[in-house]
Amino acid sequence: MKKDHTQAAKMNIVIVGHVDHGKSTVIGRLLADTHSLPQGKLEQVKNECARNSKPFEYAFLLDALKDEQSQGITIDTARSFFKSEKREYIIIDAPGHIEFLKNMISGAARAEAALLVIDAKEGVQENSKRHGYLLSMLGIRQVAVCINKMDLVQYSEKIFKEIEKEYRAFLKPIGLKPKAFIPIAAMLGENMVEASKNLSWYHGKTILEMLDSFEKAPSLDAKPFRMPVQAIYKFTEEGDDRRIVSGRVESGSIAVGDSVVFLPSHKRSEVKTIEEFHAPAKKRAAAGHSIGFTLKEQIYINRGDVMCKGDEEHPLVSSLFQAEIFWMGRDPMVMNKEYKLKIGTAAVPVQIHEIKRVFDVSQLKKSERKKQIDRHEVAQCILECARPIAFDLAGQIEATGRFVIVDQYDISGGGIISALVKDKEADLRDEVEAREMNWDFSIVDPKEREARYGHPPKFILLTGKVGVDKKNIAKEIEKTLFERGAKTYFLGMGNLLRGLDVDLEKHKSERHQQVRRMGEVAHLLLDAGLIILATGSNLNDEELKILQEVTDRSSILVVNVGENHFREGIVDLNLNAKDAASRNAKKVMEFLESEKIIGKV
Amino acid sequence: MDHLEKLESQSVYILREGYSQFKNLVMLWSIGKDSTVLLWLARKAFFGHVPFPLVHIDTAYKIPEMIQYRDQLALEWHLNMVYGQNTEALKNKQTFPDGALDRISCCKTLKTDALRNTLSGAWPRYRLDHVQKKYVLDENKEPYTGVIVGVRADEEGSRSKERYFSPRDKRNDWNVGDQPPELWNQFKTDFAPGTHIRIHPLLDWTELNIWEYIGRENIPVVPLYFDQGKGERYRSLGCFPCTFPVKSTAKNVEDIITELKTGKFSNIAERAGRAQDKEDGGGLETLRREGYM
Repeated sequence: MKKDHTQAAKMNIVIVGHVDHGKSTVIGRLLADTHSLPQGKLEQVKNECARNSKPFEYAFLLDALKDEQSQGITIDTARSFFKSEKREYIIIDAPGHIEFLKNMISGAARAEAALLVIDAKEGVQENSKRHGYLLSMLGIRQVAVCINKMDLVQYSEKIFKEIEKEYRAFLKPIGLKPKAFIPIAAMLGENMVEASKNLSWYHGKTILEMLDSFEKAPSLDAKPFRMPVQAIYKFTEEGDDRRIVSGRVESGSIAVGDSVVFLPSHKRSEVKTIEEFHAPAKKRAAAGHSIGFTLKEQIYINRGDVMCKGDEEHPLVSSLFQAEIFWMGRDPMVMNKEYKLKIGTAAVPVQIHEIKRVFDVSQLKKSERKKQIDRHEVAQCILECARPIAFDLAGQIEATGRFVIVDQYDISGGGIISALVKDKEADLRDEVEAREMNWDFSIVDPKEREARYGHPPKFILLTGKVGVDKKNIAKEIEKTLFERGAKTYFLGMGNLLRGLDVDLEKHKSERHQQVRRMGEVAHLLLDAGLIILATGSNLNDEELKILQEVTDRSSILVVNVGENHFREGIVDLNLNAKDAASRNAKKVMEFLESEKIIGKV
Repeated sequence: MDHLEKLESQSVYILREGYSQFKNLVMLWSIGKDSTVLLWLARKAFFGHVPFPLVHIDTAYKIPEMIQYRDQLALEWHLNMVYGQNTEALKNKQTFPDGALDRISCCKTLKTDALRNTLSGAWPRYRLDHVQKKYVLDENKEPYTGVIVGVRADEEGSRSKERYFSPRDKRNDWNVGDQPPELWNQFKTDFAPGTHIRIHPLLDWTELNIWEYIGRENIPVVPLYFDQGKGERYRSLGCFPCTFPVKSTAKNVEDIITELKTGKFSNIAERAGRAQDKEDGGGLETLRREGYM
């Protein structure tokens, strides 16, 4: 009676190590000794070797299987399948050559455990170290190191111990603690499936026993709830009025009625329903499930926000953080260049703020002088995002603590976040969080308000140098919007200065405070559903960040008149200062129409 | 979570990522079991809706039950159904069944060329009109630049090297050795203009998983997969001149699962009944480099 493995969870194992240290032999031998090969395959390859008078190698089996798959049997050198008494395995063969590092990373990132092969005769080599380091960064905690080709060193316990000592010393500072070091002679099948007589001094597990002892990743249900929002779906045209916030629960669990908060915006609501197609209604959703929610309050949220539970520990929010990065790009990662950071479902422009250390992985020498990260290097640095993001430390919640970096069109680096670095808006953000946590919601649903008014709330901010006409454009827009039935208001900065801000000194150092108060007023008017117009002379990036922090980032529309001194990608619309106010106002109106903020007349 | 829930969750995640990142996205529906599971997963991902067109390449040699089943589901599930065809080749009898071409060239003509030109909008597309319940010429000639395909890594050699998100250039070239890295569910979503993308949500599924899922979800499949009493059934569906039934008495999903787990098919490849694979020296690599799915 054949044992039914299909219900037992399969395990993905990656085999890594320096080129020619015997990865293919380990796989070939595992396939052969667990009887996972097609019938007669082993004899066939052995006979072929004999005919061509070349010594048989188990690695040839993998080549032979590649031919075999041409005839229909589906085993690839990249992924092989075998079974033990306990379960099924998928073996991912990661290339040992440095040129294929990104393939090695793609393969290893899918694995739950790893075998790292080191040649007993050659000892620890460059890629033994590099792969060890990468396994650690990829978050693979279950690693067994196989010291292979023990027959070539006369099964010497001394040599085995020396390699173990050297490699353990290398792994210790990078936080990787192998489950075991196993002496093997893969070619001869020693300590693979059967214990070796020649290695009688070794009392530990064989490779197969080791694999069977690896554990499936523990459930993440007990961790705080995190769901990076993939999309907000509404299929109204198909007669479906549900507004579904969807994504995959990366950790924790949540139930109908739980209070939720979205970060970095701090928007709050409550889970009304859990949505799934063709499934019995659920009251609770847990880690691993791709799912959807409807919320009690129709708040503005975006793809990239992280949904969390109100009463649990929240992710960190900052535009600065410290990370360990590995770089795969052909061009080095350099200072003063904008890249794209992808974390969870968020994507945001990013730059290196500071390179703390670059490790040459092969030597593991730390270089503190370097100003760039070259291909295949690992570095510790501080990254600065164009806007704050929500994240966790990788040591706490992996899924929201790791990211990739896109250079141009290509994923060129990966990294894990190791520490929060406070940015300038950190204190302000705490105040806003406290405000949002205790916000007294209007009884009127924002979506109903939007439907009644015919437009969403919007904060149109006209910026530009002192002396460039912004106010007349703003007032012209206000008039046009009003005549078209929109709920709109021009928020005069001067009115604030002589009223709300009268307690502040007319001193430059108070400008941040003035900007903050303007933001708070705008926030109230946005909550009232209005399209607000305001002007800001000589407004800089930092002041704009304050406004974005205090109001809802996605409701601000930056219209710059004349020369643009903002960082790239911040301004939504640029106007020519030489054009008449009426003409510029018209352009803004056209923009609002094209962005579907207001309807066309 | 059991293994099917995990597979489902990952596929749904990939579908949603694809939909949020690409305009002019379509899903290929071959009417076979895999792409029907894929279609079902799209309904899972989008809560009962399928927010992109389904494209079928009709070689005119499909087994008739397949087309009937396609249109029935398309109407029932309100699908935006589009088909394309190499009408020239069919009209001029430039096909294998006409004796004009070998199997491989016929596949290239009726499938690969038709697919490429249907996707690019160069050849006419026919869209199912749900009111008239018939196909009409589609006015939309915009190229589809993202294609969701139901290939599985375990099907044959070249497919096991695929990524979930796989860029192809204008000529559909696929550089197997230099593919973008894919880790932590971050996929390649940034492209130079002119790049096309193929999205493979079913990469991790096996033939057995497909049937287990069909059984669990009760997904309707073409009855050709089951023995109708003659002691044979189709294990893989294609054009009738090149696809042959296998000897089997599996009459329902449970029978097929048993057969795959313990029976005579437990170590015979699924595509063994597809003649074109053998003529391509096996791996389908030639066809796939040309853009075969």
